[in-house]
Amino acid sequence: MFANFDFDVIRRSLAYLFLDGMTFTLTLTALSALGGLVFGTLLALMRLSGLKLLGRIAGLYVDLMRSLPLVLVIFWFYFLVPYIGQWLTGASRPIRVGAFASSLITFIMFEAAYFSEIMRAGIQSISKGQPAAAYALGLTYGQTMRYVVLPQAFRNMLPVLLTQTIVLFQDTSLVYVLSIPDFLGAASKVAQRDGRLVEMYLFAALVYFVISCFASFGVRRLQARIAIVR
Amino acid sequence: MNYHWNWHIFLEPAPNGTGTYFDMLLSGLVLTIETALCAWIIALVTGTIVGVLRTLSSMTATVFGFAYVEFFRNMPLLVQLFVWFFVLPELLPQSWGLWLKQLPHAPFDTAAIGIGLFMSARVAEQTRAGINALPRGQRMAATALGLTTAQTYRYVLLPIAFRIMLPPLTSEFLSTIKNTSVAITIGLIELTGEARAMQEFSFQVFEAFTAATLMYLAINVVVVVAMRLLERAVAIPGYIAGK
Repeated sequence: MFANFDFDVIRRSLAYLFLDGMTFTLTLTALSALGGLVFGTLLALMRLSGLKLLGRIAGLYVDLMRSLPLVLVIFWFYFLVPYIGQWLTGASRPIRVGAFASSLITFIMFEAAYFSEIMRAGIQSISKGQPAAAYALGLTYGQTMRYVVLPQAFRNMLPVLLTQTIVLFQDTSLVYVLSIPDFLGAASKVAQRDGRLVEMYLFAALVYFVISCFASFGVRRLQARIAIVR
Repeated sequence: MNYHWNWHIFLEPAPNGTGTYFDMLLSGLVLTIETALCAWIIALVTGTIVGVLRTLSSMTATVFGFAYVEFFRNMPLLVQLFVWFFVLPELLPQSWGLWLKQLPHAPFDTAAIGIGLFMSARVAEQTRAGINALPRGQRMAATALGLTTAQTYRYVLLPIAFRIMLPPLTSEFLSTIKNTSVAITIGLIELTGEARAMQEFSFQVFEAFTAATLMYLAINVVVVVAMRLLERAVAIPGYIAGK
């Protein structure tokens, strides 16, 4: 079964796989998680603001994103971003957007919907007395959120946020549909060039598996530590 | 925006000769639903079995269930589909591999099984959570009545656990439907694939994607409403969601 397994093709392409592919994947994951968290928190604040219109808009956006498959959203943004860029910059034709920028925008906008649901749960888990006390001390809405509510909400939801980031890490492999060389894309390129599908895809599966396993193990330990503190 | 909108495009004949562009999208929608249903049946059956295994007192069963869930949860769905589609036929004995490759609907079968197994790990987690959410007394009472382990699960634990699990299962089913679009990478032309094909044939990107988006939204609404009706139909009076 593994008699004609060619380990050398993996060794030869290691540099390309990790320096190019994995770097792309990890950068995309980290930046999307950060951007998604910022936008997601804003969406959550909009939904909890008590202003009907703002809440309705944020709710619609979140529901829309959450009911569409990621692959379709990737295609949407891939074609839409050049036109949005044109509209924003007032250029005469759709602007050219690079592969990385396009997928980064897609993942930030998509993950924002998921992160916003997590942050909303986190904010709602803070007892009402906390913001009430903050207002009583004379803090403004911005200060209350910035110094009292959000730090606690973020801390309570940290394990869930990190788990969602692991899901995001796995989901970034879907940029494959745009033929972008992320880790899987790089593996697939080598696989097709050298006719070594078996080795490359098994290796890619193993790498994703090991990274995700370690990451979720870390999240579980973190969760245990946070649980003891409280 | 200097994009030329043309909403009449849906009524124009598609170059692949199967009718209009709208028919093309509809056939994609049907394929999406078929794939999702097949995958969901696999996910539900396997996931329930594995979830039950994780709640048994046997160490072997628990460890197997844990390994199963971790195995399918820690690899991207896309990679799993590639492994089933490209790698598995090569690793099997030659005659089996050849048979696999010659299956008339290889992308469909791979997608249904691959997505089914991927989702089964999540269903297993929901099942475990559902069973563990029941009061300990239920299992004890069943044992005291003389029921075997199988009977305890069949008549006491699972009927209640499934009712608790209905809302999370709804969102897992929605994920299954959404995940079918990943199968576009192994050549399954479902709804997203048809929208992409329509865009390539007609250059009407945004019309094609808008239609696909509306269809996905429609499926979502139908599933959510149907599950809510099901929830109401099976609710036990005096219990969660019961009146």
